[in-house]
Amino acid sequence: MSDQSMHSPVVSSALIPAMAPPADVWPGPVTWMKKNLFSTPSSGALTICFILLAVWLLQHFLSFAIFNAVWSGGRDSCRANGEGACWPFIAEKFDYLRYGAYPVSERWRVDLAEALAAILIVWFLWTKAPRRKVAALLFFLVYPVAAFVLVRGVAFLNLPVIDTTLWGGLLITLLMSIVGIVFSLPIGVILALGRRSELPFVKAVCVTFIEVVRGVPFITVLFMANFMMPLFVPDYLTPDRLLRPLIAIALFSSAYMAEVVRAGLQAIPKSQYEAANALGISYFSMMRLIVLPQALTIVIPSIVSTFIGLFKDTTLVAIVGIADFLRAVETARVDPSWAGPTISSTGYLFAGLVYWGFCFGMSRYSQSMERQLARGHKS
Amino acid sequence: MMSQAMYTATKGTPYNQAMAVELRDVNKWFGSFHALKNINLSVPRGQRIVVCGPSGSGKSTMIRCINHLEQHQSGEVIVNGKALTEDLRKIDEVRSNVGMVFQHFNLFSHLTVLENCALAPVWVRKMPQTAAEELARHYLERVRIAEKADSYPGQLSGGQQQRAAIARALCMNPKIMLVDEPTSALDPEMVKGVLDTMVSLAGEGMTMLCVTHEMGFAREVADRVVFMDRGEIVETNTPHQFFTNSRSERARQFLAQILK
Repeated sequence: MSDQSMHSPVVSSALIPAMAPPADVWPGPVTWMKKNLFSTPSSGALTICFILLAVWLLQHFLSFAIFNAVWSGGRDSCRANGEGACWPFIAEKFDYLRYGAYPVSERWRVDLAEALAAILIVWFLWTKAPRRKVAALLFFLVYPVAAFVLVRGVAFLNLPVIDTTLWGGLLITLLMSIVGIVFSLPIGVILALGRRSELPFVKAVCVTFIEVVRGVPFITVLFMANFMMPLFVPDYLTPDRLLRPLIAIALFSSAYMAEVVRAGLQAIPKSQYEAANALGISYFSMMRLIVLPQALTIVIPSIVSTFIGLFKDTTLVAIVGIADFLRAVETARVDPSWAGPTISSTGYLFAGLVYWGFCFGMSRYSQSMERQLARGHKS
Repeated sequence: MMSQAMYTATKGTPYNQAMAVELRDVNKWFGSFHALKNINLSVPRGQRIVVCGPSGSGKSTMIRCINHLEQHQSGEVIVNGKALTEDLRKIDEVRSNVGMVFQHFNLFSHLTVLENCALAPVWVRKMPQTAAEELARHYLERVRIAEKADSYPGQLSGGQQQRAAIARALCMNPKIMLVDEPTSALDPEMVKGVLDTMVSLAGEGMTMLCVTHEMGFAREVADRVVFMDRGEIVETNTPHQFFTNSRSERARQFLAQILK
């Protein structure tokens, strides 16, 4: 380059028009695959290996669950088939898996309670639904009473009382999870705020609670609730045998929730607090309107992880003699009249699918929530 | 001299009601670091003060003591005739009448610009939502970003965010405005819009304390320039005197640094 051209000013007089990308960077499935699946020979080989592995696994799963499975007929056709699942077994035990020993003539009450819960939860969680506040109020204030009246029964309403020892199956699992989820979040928020409080006594109480509960296995908490509490508390004050693990699970998960929420609170910069302070906004308004909405949005994935963990932890209540869904599968599986080569596998497969369905639903919902909340204020 | 009638005899020293802000022998330490040293400053109602000085000189700390974002450890801070103590309710009352604009805007990022502005009028002033939104739109119009009312702060440029933050402070109809380096975090081409907004505010008779390095702004609107260095007030002077004929050596050095 000559000295002259290096020092002469450069001026671009016309705007360069935007052009379409050339063929090898044109966005589409082919360029995507080239870039992500077959970028190098080793990456291409890995891609092929994993595709083969996935096909092999899927083929085994489908042949057991669908192609070689017994779809109709009775125990004898199941006993004759050692290759596939025995769905008639699930069909016959289905009611038992849902209600446990709940009296057959009264099961409509459980159905009604579950349907009401489903309607209210969908109404409340579906962000485009009208009057979601009404749904929230109904669900959190009216529904617990209604569900109690329906499922347990109140004699003078002509609904005979069904003792909780008869409850079982999915009913127990859903009850445990919903109560746990509904209570653990608000209690967790209070504990997290308390842990960050500047009042030494409040802080000490919250830290002690969180650390003690998190330092003890859930099974220990269940044993404590079930066997120790009646030793210390007089008979007439001892809560129902189902209520004890309910309280235990709510308190147990709220300690974990508190730490999740605290992580969110710590992610909120001090400047947000200062801006609220400078406007004269009181502590509780600041927390409710400014800090918590942002903090909880950040930790949605962890909150939902805790919910999912809680949902699966409900299986542990079987240890204190409560027949939750998994326990019901277990009982159904060992029924001698259904003994067969694939009964156990079918039972566990069904249990796995049910748990997975609920957990996957929660996970998907949380992802859509994240996207929705992030849309507004991505900087 | 102030006449005796202008003083109200509360406990201890009477507070001069003609003063918007009074700092009396204010001291503040961060750990063992002496951040504010015997600060004495009286700002009459309606006066516009520009505070300048090298970084780390305590300018922001002083401003933040006025609305108790920082706690002074000795001396008295008297705002609108009320001494700041530890009483939280009193502090919130004082704060609701003292607007603040921050260097980094500090908008609430999960709320739209309009919601940012209407929040405090609704929850502190107990104004109905619609009235608060009307008020917010009025002030957004004034800072010339009415069309951004429904955007989130993250979608705005720095200059627009700072003007939204000014509107948010104005919605509380404050008697005193504290402004802490409003243009330091902005790209150069954004500075002018914010300064224009500030100049128009200054023209309205609001008491203003503004920490800034914008000397043009100081010349144009300040009634007084306060120069701070190492935690003390070194000089207070009229802008004209300060820029052309400052009395202190430290101020002359500082000015030589920033006005090349």
